Amino acid sequence: MHKTQNNKAWWLVVPVLILVAFNAFIPLMTVVNYAFQETFGDNVFFWEGTTWFEQVLRSPRFHASLIRQLVFTGMIIAIEVPLGIAVALTMPRKGPWVSVCLVLMALPLLIPWNVVGAMWNIFALPDIGLLGYTLNSMGIDFNFTRQPISAWMTTVVMDVWHWTSLIVLLCYAGLSSIPDDYYQAAHIDGASRWAIFRYIQLPKMKRVLTIAILLRFMDSFMIYTEPFVLTGGGPGNTTTFLSIDLVKIALGQFDLGPAAAMSLVYFLMVLLVCWAFYTIMMRNEEQ
Amino acid sequence: MTRSTKWLVPTLYILFLMLPIYGLVSMSFKTTTEILGGFSFFPQEFTLANYKVIFTDPTWYNGYINSIIYVVINTLLSVTVALPAAYAFSRYRFLGDKHLFFWLLTNRMAPPAVFALPFFQLYSAINLFDTHLAVALAHCLFNIPLAVWILEGFMSGVPKELDETAFLDGYSFSRFFIRIFIPTIAAGIGVTMFFCFMYSWVELLLAKTLTSVDAKPIAATMTRTASSSGYELGLLAAAGSLTIIPGAIVIYFVRNYIAKGFALGRV
Repeated sequence: MHKTQNNKAWWLVVPVLILVAFNAFIPLMTVVNYAFQETFGDNVFFWEGTTWFEQVLRSPRFHASLIRQLVFTGMIIAIEVPLGIAVALTMPRKGPWVSVCLVLMALPLLIPWNVVGAMWNIFALPDIGLLGYTLNSMGIDFNFTRQPISAWMTTVVMDVWHWTSLIVLLCYAGLSSIPDDYYQAAHIDGASRWAIFRYIQLPKMKRVLTIAILLRFMDSFMIYTEPFVLTGGGPGNTTTFLSIDLVKIALGQFDLGPAAAMSLVYFLMVLLVCWAFYTIMMRNEEQ
Repeated sequence: MTRSTKWLVPTLYILFLMLPIYGLVSMSFKTTTEILGGFSFFPQEFTLANYKVIFTDPTWYNGYINSIIYVVINTLLSVTVALPAAYAFSRYRFLGDKHLFFWLLTNRMAPPAVFALPFFQLYSAINLFDTHLAVALAHCLFNIPLAVWILEGFMSGVPKELDETAFLDGYSFSRFFIRIFIPTIAAGIGVTMFFCFMYSWVELLLAKTLTSVDAKPIAATMTRTASSSGYELGLLAAAGSLTIIPGAIVIYFVRNYIAKGFALGRV
């Protein structure tokens, strides 16, 4: 759409600007304040320069949580995206079942995150839960509070359960914008199922898939509540992702300097990846 | 895949989605002794005792009321301020518009864990700690950018001729906006409200950090009860099951637009 140049439009943005800036600038400045200084309370600060940053960037603990975070995010995107596409492609297009599918599939997205954690905790309990009991009675030794592998699998499956529907809904929205004529034309040309997917459906889903991967990257990189309630970051530190580690340092040990420095590094990483995605998305949109 | 087996994938997927929910709901109807006694697929001694506790104990049911209050305040606030801003982004070019839009989105990307402590200090300093307004305002951090993003997508789908004709007919901007434009994108507003509701309803970290007693959300009540009163799994399951209901109700209302909404109005 052609947009007119009008700097008065700023007035329409002012309320948003004030509210978001209040919530973003002041806390961010507080974080910056702690990141460069040492405090012993009473609002007395000593300049520390980049000490905390060096400490964080060199700490093996940070590297370990970062690697766990990257592996986790990679795994869930690798599972959720193909699964989401598959479900969206096989979903009914018309009729009464569409609403039923949409409502049931959207349900996990609206459950408070700690309830998701608690639900999977109950579900996976070795002797009492449906999943834990079934696996153990099938002869698989499964105990997510003791075995790192079980804990990881449960966390990943929980996230797949929680968020795949987001990708399904996005892809479904993309697919339903394809006119029937396209399919008829493909049918007349004798196109294979794969060709229809590759040349008709995938291009239409490209844009929504970019949004989907962007959202999944952002949200999984910030994940805190669900794994915290499910495993508490354990056993040991095996499921301690970045946010859990950060809260442990900031509120558990009250090491404000290192926590603030880590916050900034963490935020910058998310920002960098999202900026790259955003640029790609905007370029696609301009085409 | 042939036409006859096509329904299998979504059916299996929905079954997978429903199993943990079933586990939770069935546990909420069991007695504590039955739960701890071992696994059973159906409740053996069906009981409503857990729900009775929640509906009679104020610390429990107030949790629901608190959550709903701040979620509603946040939803109304976010959508109200996002409407004019989204209009500006969808219709005009102005100084720094692209940078401003990306800056707004960066707030959607900020990990809440980063902001938990500074938020606590900020809202304590302005005497809003433990109020519904504090949580509602804090959730604006990610809900306003999201609302602007979705609304902008929906508004860009409305042809600009609509605005131009109205202005030619002598409508003032505010009259045009309220009388013509808002009814035109009503579906988009509904979907945006749904998303604000959803993200405010599911978030816990900030809501928990900013409240202690008076505005404590249900989700936080659950974590406290789980740790302080031992192994009351049935009660926890009942409270959890009840948190699914508001979500299910709002999904039902926007079911026809939900897919488009998840695509941020950009399909």
